Amino acid sequence: MRRLSIDSSRLPVIGTLAVLAIMLVVGGVRYSNFLTLRNFGNLLINNSFLIALAVGMTFVILMGGIDLSVGAVLALSGIVVAAMLRDGFPIAIVLPIAILVGTVFGLMHGLLIHYFKIQPFIATLAGMFLARGLCFVIAPESIAINEPGFAALAGQSFALGGGFRITTAVIIALVVLAIAFYLLHYTRFGRTVYAIGGGEQSAVMMGLPVARSKVLAYVVSGTCAGLGGLLFAMFSRSGYALTGVGMELDAIAAVVVGGTLLTGGSGFVLGSLLGVLVLGLIQTIITFEGTLSSWWTKIVIGALLLVFVVLQRALARRNE
Amino acid sequence: MTEPHLERGSIVSRAVSHNLFWPIVALLALIAANTIRRPNFLSITIMDGHLFGSLIDIMRSASPLLLVALGMTLVIATRGIDLSVGSMIAISGALALSYIQASPSPNSITTVVPAVLIALAVCLLLGAWNGFMVSVLGIQPIIATLILMMAGRGIAMLITGGFITTVNSTPYKALGSGWFLGLPIPSWIAGLTLVAVLLLCRWGALGMLVEAVGINPAAARLAGVRSRVIIWTVYIVAGLFAGIAGILLSADTMAADANNAGLFYELDAILAVVIGGTSLAGGKFSLSGTFVGVLVIATLSRTVTILGISPLITPLFKALVVILVMLLQSPVVREKLEAMGRRRRRNRATGEAVSA
Amino acid sequence: MTASDLARPIVEMTGISIEFPGVKALQNVDFRLLPGEVHALMGENGAGKSTLIKALTGLYSIDAGTIVVDDAEVSFASPEQAQAAGISTVYQEVNLCANLTVAENIMLGQESRVGPIINWGATRRAAKQHLDRMGLRIDPGSKLGSHSLAVQQLVAICRATSVDCKVLVLDEPTSSLDADEVNTLFNVIRGLRDRGVAILFVSHFLDQIYEISDRLTVLRNGQLIGEYPVRELGQHELVSKMIGRSLEVLEDMRVPKVDVEDEARTPRVKVLSLGRKGSIEPVDLEIYEGEVVGFAGLLGSGRTELARLLAGADHPTTGEVQIDGKPRRLRTPRHALDAGIAYSSEDRKAEGLIGDLTVRENIVLALQAERGWLRKVPEKMADELVDRYISALNVRPANPNALIRNLSGGNQQKVLLARWLAIQPKLLLLDEPTRGIDVGAKAEIQKLVAELAAQGMSVVFISAELEEVVRLSNRIAVLRDRRKVTELDNRGDLGVGDVIDHIAGGRHD
Repeated sequence: MRRLSIDSSRLPVIGTLAVLAIMLVVGGVRYSNFLTLRNFGNLLINNSFLIALAVGMTFVILMGGIDLSVGAVLALSGIVVAAMLRDGFPIAIVLPIAILVGTVFGLMHGLLIHYFKIQPFIATLAGMFLARGLCFVIAPESIAINEPGFAALAGQSFALGGGFRITTAVIIALVVLAIAFYLLHYTRFGRTVYAIGGGEQSAVMMGLPVARSKVLAYVVSGTCAGLGGLLFAMFSRSGYALTGVGMELDAIAAVVVGGTLLTGGSGFVLGSLLGVLVLGLIQTIITFEGTLSSWWTKIVIGALLLVFVVLQRALARRNE
Repeated sequence: MTEPHLERGSIVSRAVSHNLFWPIVALLALIAANTIRRPNFLSITIMDGHLFGSLIDIMRSASPLLLVALGMTLVIATRGIDLSVGSMIAISGALALSYIQASPSPNSITTVVPAVLIALAVCLLLGAWNGFMVSVLGIQPIIATLILMMAGRGIAMLITGGFITTVNSTPYKALGSGWFLGLPIPSWIAGLTLVAVLLLCRWGALGMLVEAVGINPAAARLAGVRSRVIIWTVYIVAGLFAGIAGILLSADTMAADANNAGLFYELDAILAVVIGGTSLAGGKFSLSGTFVGVLVIATLSRTVTILGISPLITPLFKALVVILVMLLQSPVVREKLEAMGRRRRRNRATGEAVSA
Repeated sequence: MTASDLARPIVEMTGISIEFPGVKALQNVDFRLLPGEVHALMGENGAGKSTLIKALTGLYSIDAGTIVVDDAEVSFASPEQAQAAGISTVYQEVNLCANLTVAENIMLGQESRVGPIINWGATRRAAKQHLDRMGLRIDPGSKLGSHSLAVQQLVAICRATSVDCKVLVLDEPTSSLDADEVNTLFNVIRGLRDRGVAILFVSHFLDQIYEISDRLTVLRNGQLIGEYPVRELGQHELVSKMIGRSLEVLEDMRVPKVDVEDEARTPRVKVLSLGRKGSIEPVDLEIYEGEVVGFAGLLGSGRTELARLLAGADHPTTGEVQIDGKPRRLRTPRHALDAGIAYSSEDRKAEGLIGDLTVRENIVLALQAERGWLRKVPEKMADELVDRYISALNVRPANPNALIRNLSGGNQQKVLLARWLAIQPKLLLLDEPTRGIDVGAKAEIQKLVAELAAQGMSVVFISAELEEVVRLSNRIAVLRDRRKVTELDNRGDLGVGDVIDHIAGGRHD
């Protein structure tokens, strides 16, 4: 069984890295100023919110669940930020509340799923509709954010030399990623998440706090979505009810392409970052290509997803 | 279902425990709310030999969803799920309208028939592709169909070239907004499909085999059920029905919008199925339940408009209905309700015994 | 180092009764476990072994009796509470997470931490110590799933004993292990025993019981048969205590005699070195028309495994099957059914019933599956079939539209038989068709088997009740330790004792 010196759960991540490398090389050969630090910085800036969503989604998927609500919660949180700032609330109150919106949704999902035994798919689907509906209740039209403090925070960019420039949002996203990494690998909660994904029954038999961890994982995902809304508001300087439609799919795709098994139990949150970068690069390459229409992004992501899913299946079959 | 139900004697409690009780209550409540707000809600008038009225509108607008939900019911009964139906709706509409647009005589029936057939054939193939991934490769349905869900809209845009294709074709338009014998054509199509599926499942053998596979795959396998064929069949059916829904929707607007056609249809369909009492865990399914579920969702959308609420907020009400129905159907709450009922009865019984 | 009878029991269960709806799972059973002994709990399916274990570990609550652990009366509400009292359990299926490392599986829940942060270095070292203690030389950082089942089982024991444990319950830990793996496990068990841990051991392999245990308790049909020092109970005696004699009086059953001697006849089914690695050694067997062949052996002897290969339920790794002289590929149950072989599984609930469907649907299922979903079994034909079998098999309630899960076990079994009879197989494999059903239904099913054979159907009859096998079979294939050890012709003079001799194997001490 130990023919491979590489841990089989790392194989998909290595695959993702390979895909990323190939894309960088191909892009670098085909287009001038593709392989630049500026371009890489932009990649992070354009996807900071997706990183946050993918991080939260990783917890849920590792556990064998799913969270369909993150796109809608992101929109809701963004609108809350925009609307509250418009109404003159101070930033110090607005930002925590925006994140808290997500936390509350996550908690609701967790409770529905664990205590009422409603399937994650349906519970988070209801959450998605709820959040989307609330968005329109608050504001059917786009709200621009002009509050100077927020604009300054969002616009703050850090040049790190060589044209490499990142924004506050990127830093926040990367901090979230680091915290998530720590949570997943260095706390009992994180290991319990993996254990539940490996077999919920076993985790119960091992006497692990399954109920609490399950609810908490959805809380993490919701909180990340709330944070994602904040990051998106920083990115777009506005709140709009229709943002993030279908973004839950991007987040799921990023997590899967990043090497996490949708059946749970295996994967890495850092892989999800790679997944986001791969999806972002596809977009970038198609933009650079110029002649390719934007819809190729979706087809390529779908094809990539297919390859990864089939590969994962083949790996799983071999291990059986 | 004999013995366990004997103790709950009254008709009321038996009705309450019926799977469709809460969905039907929800439907009736919606209709009542509408009628209070607009007393002529239930009235149906005849104009030019066609029936008109809010109920007819609901029937028409529910048609594509009913089609999709029927396919979804079968898929869910086999322990599967099909997330790609929304994308298939977009592909189907895009194909049919692009074909008509490219043809020199868009108004000719000889254009429309092949257009529809091509669209349906492609959706059938896409359904077969989903079925292949699930039954042969053994990939979880949710992921297998997620792929087509993502790529499908890209494919639809590829077909339309990224534009919203609009055409004029009288025969095609009739499919979406025409009338036949007083009723909207989409309602006829969806209704006939419902009857066909009922025939196939209840008077045919598909229903029993689908349920056997969904309830106990191991036992079904030992009984010689070719589950692979069954699973493949239901995904093909789901694809085909999504294709028909795509035709109806695009014929209604006469525009193929690759981005928005059929958006969230997969979710609405799944909701309809679940509201109708078919468990996402597979097994027993209820086509009549799905029908009620579709009506609930369609009436809900209508209600929101009638009550003067922005249609944009519809999702909020959907969410509330779903959460309510799900909670009432959840085993935990059911047990609690039943335990409460039992206690009440027992108390009454002991009370009677004491007084006697 | 066996415990003397003078030692104070660490566990003493007295007068334990547990009742499930319709089943008396345990009736007034006494059981005691001494420190520093390996105690085997013996019995066939349904004897009450796992019920007794679950009563001890807090998974079931008892209806009567007392449980005393360490001189204190206890009633555990959950496995965690039992664990806290020093009772650790390792089940047949490894209840660990294959996706985590060995170290984590041992330490999860008791990692060494700095604040909330896990100190992996210290945790791995602690895990290593636990592994060393058991003599397991594996990398604690490796994935549990990358190891063999045996090692996983040992890791499970390692976890169970990493906390202070006085009693270790091992529920069939060896069922998936090979000889070397069993040896490793036994060394670990001996080590624990020598440290004074009381070990409750369940296994179906008699040789293993004799190798490792000091004392044993035999249960049968939820009742205590007795408690014996292993050295004082011969293997033959043990088997007859486990199997016992069924007491029901049946009308004289005429077993139809078939002339198997006639060399010219082609067997209906000819099995040539059919086997599956790790589950049954290659077997040769011939089954003739109108013949009832019994498979006798203890649970895990290969009796079910062989039937599953014939049924296409599992893939064989060697050998072939000929039907009426022609080789047939039996890769799936569908193939087997097309070849005329039907299999009624021993696990009625998991592999037989479609619980939410009606009696009628359950009866028609196999016939419908044969026809595919496009050609429905005509209503009239289905009605006739269903009515015929409901009355012929005396199914109660005689309501074709009742849900099968609401029927009693015996009636469920009859419905399943009807399912197979409806497709008129050439060979019917019946795996424990009479388990867990009442006496009346049992007699009816036995009678049916005899009638079917008389009509020319070949039947393989598998049962833990040897009386039944001997009464019904023309020939009995005896299986032991995953291989067929002999075939016994039954000309009416074969007794249960003869069969037990072969099942029990060489030892007659």
